[in-house]
Amino acid sequence: MAARGARPGRTLIAFFVVLAISYGLVAIGGSWKPELGLDLQGGTRITLIAKDSPTPESLTEAADIIDQRVNGSGVSEAEVTTQGNRFVVVEIPGKSRRDLVDTVKRQAQLRFRLVACSTLRPCGDSSISPGESPGGVTVPGVQNSPSPKSRAPFSTVHKNAEPSSEPGAEPSDAPSQAPAESPFGDPLTWMNNPSPAWVKAFNAFSCPSDGSLPLVDDNADKPLITCDDQGVKYLLTTAMIEGTELKRAEAVVPDQQVSWVVSLAFDRAGTKKFTEISRALFGTQDQFAVVLDGQVLSAPTMNGLITNGEAQISGEFTEASASSLATSLKFGALPIAFEKDPPVETVGPSLAGDQLRAGITAGLAGLILVMIYCLFYYRGLGVVVIVSLIVAAALTYSMVLLLSATAGFTLSLPGIAGLIVAVGITADSFIVFFERIRDEMRDGKSMRVAVESGWIRARNTCLAADTVSLLAATVLYIFAAGVVKGFAFALGLSTIIDLAVFFWFTHPMVSWLARFSFFNKGHKYSGLDAGNLGTDRVPVGGTA
Amino acid sequence: MGKFSRLGNDLYNGRRSIDFVGRKWLWYAMSAVIVLVAVAGLTVKGLNMGIEFTGGAQYRVQLNPSQVTQSTADELRRAVAGTGVENASAPVVTTAGSDAILVQTEPLDGPESAAVVDAIVATTGIDPAAQLSQSEIGASWGKEVAKRSLTGLVVFLVLVSLFIWAYFRQWKMSVAAIVALAHDVVITIGIYALSGFDVSPATVTGVLTILGFSLYDTVVVFDKVRENTRNLRETKRTYAEQANLAVNQTLVRSINTSLVALLPVGAILYVGAVQLGSGSLKDLALALFVGMAAGAYSSIFIATPLLVQLKSNENEIVLAERRAKARRRNAADAYATVPAFSEDMPMRASDDGVPDDEAPRPTVAAGRVVRADGATGRGRVAPPARGPVGLSGASGRQQPSRKTRSKRGKK
Repeated sequence: MAARGARPGRTLIAFFVVLAISYGLVAIGGSWKPELGLDLQGGTRITLIAKDSPTPESLTEAADIIDQRVNGSGVSEAEVTTQGNRFVVVEIPGKSRRDLVDTVKRQAQLRFRLVACSTLRPCGDSSISPGESPGGVTVPGVQNSPSPKSRAPFSTVHKNAEPSSEPGAEPSDAPSQAPAESPFGDPLTWMNNPSPAWVKAFNAFSCPSDGSLPLVDDNADKPLITCDDQGVKYLLTTAMIEGTELKRAEAVVPDQQVSWVVSLAFDRAGTKKFTEISRALFGTQDQFAVVLDGQVLSAPTMNGLITNGEAQISGEFTEASASSLATSLKFGALPIAFEKDPPVETVGPSLAGDQLRAGITAGLAGLILVMIYCLFYYRGLGVVVIVSLIVAAALTYSMVLLLSATAGFTLSLPGIAGLIVAVGITADSFIVFFERIRDEMRDGKSMRVAVESGWIRARNTCLAADTVSLLAATVLYIFAAGVVKGFAFALGLSTIIDLAVFFWFTHPMVSWLARFSFFNKGHKYSGLDAGNLGTDRVPVGGTA
Repeated sequence: MGKFSRLGNDLYNGRRSIDFVGRKWLWYAMSAVIVLVAVAGLTVKGLNMGIEFTGGAQYRVQLNPSQVTQSTADELRRAVAGTGVENASAPVVTTAGSDAILVQTEPLDGPESAAVVDAIVATTGIDPAAQLSQSEIGASWGKEVAKRSLTGLVVFLVLVSLFIWAYFRQWKMSVAAIVALAHDVVITIGIYALSGFDVSPATVTGVLTILGFSLYDTVVVFDKVRENTRNLRETKRTYAEQANLAVNQTLVRSINTSLVALLPVGAILYVGAVQLGSGSLKDLALALFVGMAAGAYSSIFIATPLLVQLKSNENEIVLAERRAKARRRNAADAYATVPAFSEDMPMRASDDGVPDDEAPRPTVAAGRVVRADGATGRGRVAPPARGPVGLSGASGRQQPSRKTRSKRGKK
């Protein structure tokens, strides 16, 4: 409080510098119009078609998971609906992005398996020749995966031996006779002694030459023959760790590296199993494989003993593809698989074109009424209200622009209305403040004293009241979905901006104005004259 | 304006005061009637859930690319809404790709569906057999969303109660604030049901805004109540009086804030409901308008009186009340009721033969004085004596005897 004389001006300048910086950032971002929501601007519609005929429950569950994925990153207000009995329709504001389509349709079945054989590393000496006995080490009946799935009979393995060079040349769907009945036992044992039938099938298998995903049935309880995107084929054991045992998945650039990876953290059971794998593989040239939806993402060797349950999936990720994968993994696997290339089309806005214009016109008309009222009632101080509202609007607009560029924030009609409504809450701070000042002056204080003592009281009131608003916004943001989420975001944003403007603009502005005799001598139009206060005499402080 | 300002000053120093706290039963009764109407509306008429909640039917209209424009979509929307089918009164019409328009409505039965198809055919001139396909759509706001929103609501209420309790250090304020909030939300939903508007996500948004706004308003008023009642002992007034003063002092703020908040919403409501007649604009604006008005009303008329009532049997409050009462009694002018003489004074106060000088006196009956009511100190009413007034100076109890200085210390 010591240097109060110099403070208001400094705070004001700092505030305007921040405002200018925010617009500078917007200018770097380059877009001067906010992204509009589905209802105002239309967007992209992706129609996912389920592969088999799923039950309505699993379709709804899939829709929920997809909903979490597309809305998981916050505020884009995408809509997910089921349609008929095998369609899930996803509507996303804005232009279609390839990684978005991947995010929604990826089944995200993540499994960790051990590599028994691969093109680069042929099967172990003992088991490479077909026909040899599998050795007595397998423990029948031990299964590592939680629940047997009621799927179609196992169909991974090729029967036809000729290599196919066509992309997507599928392994045959017919169940192979030999491997299906063998129990697979402990994967760690099986890895070194794969059953001959599987080795045979492996040798017969060939990968599509262009690196596309071979169609395989990724069943956790069975070994898997599949490829990675380089065309390397693998014979993998039954699944050791499943995607459900993940605790966390996020896209990061690790320290001292340049490429994006997806970092994983397992839950307790997963950590235990991963430690087990790590112990067994450390120091050998044996590999394990990270398999996503039947395709090997990577097949690293254990370079160290990892016991904390943290792992990374590396590959040639871009930021977009890494975060897309992380998002898909985070919200769990879909219970059903979808057809490969879903139809993607653009949709128009769902609201009539006149709605936006009418809404904005009405909001502006209302605002002008508010301004007239403020001028009429508060006179000179009314100008402060109006300027504060304009500054708040400018700050809000820059924040909306920044957030639509960085966080995918889109303005839907409820969002816009929410921002207009926030005017009420914003203006209320000023009204509380001014009424406090007037009350203090009615108690006989001079304006300059009244501003400071009124400020202290009004500040506490506004902080408490705005905390309630912020609390509402935060809780709604965490729990609600879709449109409500975007709205909660807008509410929280405008509340914070209200506080910022109130603390760093309105108060210094009034303190500064209190130095002018127009205000502190109680000029007729200052809003602080005797008639306006309703008292008989305006208290005038010392030498103003 | 001058009058309004003068009112502001009078309200501030308590010269003029509206008895918000004292007339609580009047306000409670008023609110009870409104809430009853709202609940009746809710049970009898019920909420009309929109497509987002119920799912419904979707018509895909194949058109030439030249026809697929926003204006065709708008025309279709008007045409379908104009069929008079209730479940198709708020259709969602969007262009899809370059050669189709989608029309979505709430679930329709056979004849209703036929009416909608007729409207589509009449507007676009398509061949319904070849260019129109119908399918079912699910709800985008399914049970899961509703469940999560409810969880959020409960968490919010718990947190906000805790916050109010922590900030004001009085759990009764939390109770009063939550009751006021429930009051607002019930009224808002009830009036919404009565209006017959479709419930859309915009409505939900509006109702959720009310949560924040109503509590916000209540906190502002309660802050002043707390400030006024912090030093009850010093102010020498009762809790009820100080709370009432607080409401009066914030009244100007409440009026101003409500005006500022309601003006834009009212404008949007007018445009949405009267000029456009459809769309989510009016849903949101109606919920907000009713809710904000109710929120401003309830923090003054419901929350504060309820708070005073809740606290009325607290020890400290009762003591303060007693102190204030005693003080007022003492402050009253003992000789206030003695009429001053004036020339045109009627010589007889009444015709019943009571002598003039006895008329204003307290009636003495069986050794007991009946007290005159309303010894406020403002009117000219003498305070009644405590017991029978004897001739001696002692009023029925031991009086301190004041001796002259020269006689003090001597027996």
